[in-house]
Amino acid sequence: MNTDVAVLGVGMHPWGKWGKPFTEYGVHAARAALDDSGVDWSEVDFVVGGETVRNGYGGYVAGATFAQALGWNGARVATSYAACATGAQALDTARARILAGLSEVALVVGADTTPKGFLAPNAGERWDDPDWLRFKLLGMTNPAYFALYARRRMDLYGATPEDFAAVKVKNARHGLENPNARYRKEVTVEDVLGSAVVSDPLHLLDICATSDGAAAVVVSSVEYAKKLGLDRPVRVSAVSTVTPTFPNAVMDMPNISTDSVADGTPERTFKESIADAAYEEAGIAPEDVSLAEVYDLSTALELDWMEDLGLCKRGEAETLLRAGETTIGGRIPVNPSGGLACFGEAVPAQALAQVCEVTWQLRGQATGRQVEGATVGITANQGLFGHGSAVLLSR
Amino acid sequence: MTASPAVEGWFTTGEDPTLLGSRCTTCATVYFPPLPVDRAGFCRNPTCDGEEFETAELSRRGRVWSYTDAQYQPPPPYVARTDPYEPFALAAVELAEGITVLGQVADGYGVADLKVGAEVELVIEPLDDELLVWRWKPVVELGEEADQ
Repeated sequence: MNTDVAVLGVGMHPWGKWGKPFTEYGVHAARAALDDSGVDWSEVDFVVGGETVRNGYGGYVAGATFAQALGWNGARVATSYAACATGAQALDTARARILAGLSEVALVVGADTTPKGFLAPNAGERWDDPDWLRFKLLGMTNPAYFALYARRRMDLYGATPEDFAAVKVKNARHGLENPNARYRKEVTVEDVLGSAVVSDPLHLLDICATSDGAAAVVVSSVEYAKKLGLDRPVRVSAVSTVTPTFPNAVMDMPNISTDSVADGTPERTFKESIADAAYEEAGIAPEDVSLAEVYDLSTALELDWMEDLGLCKRGEAETLLRAGETTIGGRIPVNPSGGLACFGEAVPAQALAQVCEVTWQLRGQATGRQVEGATVGITANQGLFGHGSAVLLSR
Repeated sequence: MTASPAVEGWFTTGEDPTLLGSRCTTCATVYFPPLPVDRAGFCRNPTCDGEEFETAELSRRGRVWSYTDAQYQPPPPYVARTDPYEPFALAAVELAEGITVLGQVADGYGVADLKVGAEVELVIEPLDDELLVWRWKPVVELGEEADQ
């Protein structure tokens, strides 16, 4: 059974700190994706919105909000919430209806307007909420979790703060000519190491910012794409939205503890299982991947993801990085868009932004950052509270 | 007034304090934090449908899984203990029960005193003027010979 759907169009609103309502960004991205697809809004029969959230608390009803802003056209509607993985879940929802033959053309939109500073819980006392308790009892911020993972790389694999800085230098260079990136400026290793330490060993420039932004994708059945004259569209070959399996043995944000591994450590970590599910669904192997867009909430996390995606063995990501293999022109470019290092995070839009970038790469339209001859791209991220996300695209 | 545990039932405060977990009476899986006692709890082991738990004292010592610190003051609801703010260290610690538990590191210790795999032990210290919290204290300070 062929489970591919066609990507007809992609579009974004540039990332930044614009301070406008999220609907405005979403409509901009949606119209850009519709223009790119050549499909008229009236033809769209399913709209999926990524929900805008603040640390786990629902914000707005995004699916219908976008549908109304574009002008009611009677399309079916759905809204997805999966924290950072929201965009992938929204795309999966659209894909499922298309593959079931229930919809022909779907528009998937994610947009966000973010507050300044550390992401923090909403006001009020909630003694049964782990996301509140980790701040109250421990002062455990998001960067502190990223720092735990970074420190393990140092103590176990010999990674250095210079390696982490080199990820930032690479991604900053990748994003220089990306018109949708928020930060488009060269950064040196000295800049990173000279910036303040937030949570040892991570510096301010190792950690991604929060941004406003929006991304949208128009998808259809492969048959519908053919009718439009698209014989070789970029295809969504797999969407992985897996949850963890018990016991989840790795400390995940925002938890205070892990499950018990008293009965044996599981074969795979949650993050490894996210990519495995995508590879298995698509019948594609890590060796076939031309490029990867991964969730670099911190520089060090990009190195973790490379191993989680099977792009190299555990503990070898620094070797690839130092050899320039993850730079555009190398064996397996990682974050050719510039990644979160250049974008900052706009939660419900980010997983869709990854899909936009891979689509442009596979079409050969990534001006100034093109990975030559790219045929397969994978995206990966992990949303709070057990939301996996990986999308495999091929052409 | 006397300081009391920040969360009732999560740890003891005696001479050899321990974290208090919940052990499923059906499959013996141990959880921390403990399951709430005032409403239904469900064993999260997918092969077990247990709903009854007993209190389990967790190991007082464990091995550092990883560690960091908070060099900027965390946002509320965290309340800084000093003005101006003084950074503190944090550690995730693997216990014999197979659970890794986060905690702040004991007063007077920082990231320079820690290493992945190093042994730490549980202590109870003030979170603020009114509340007590568990912390991880290095067992052997770096630079000293292990006393074995």
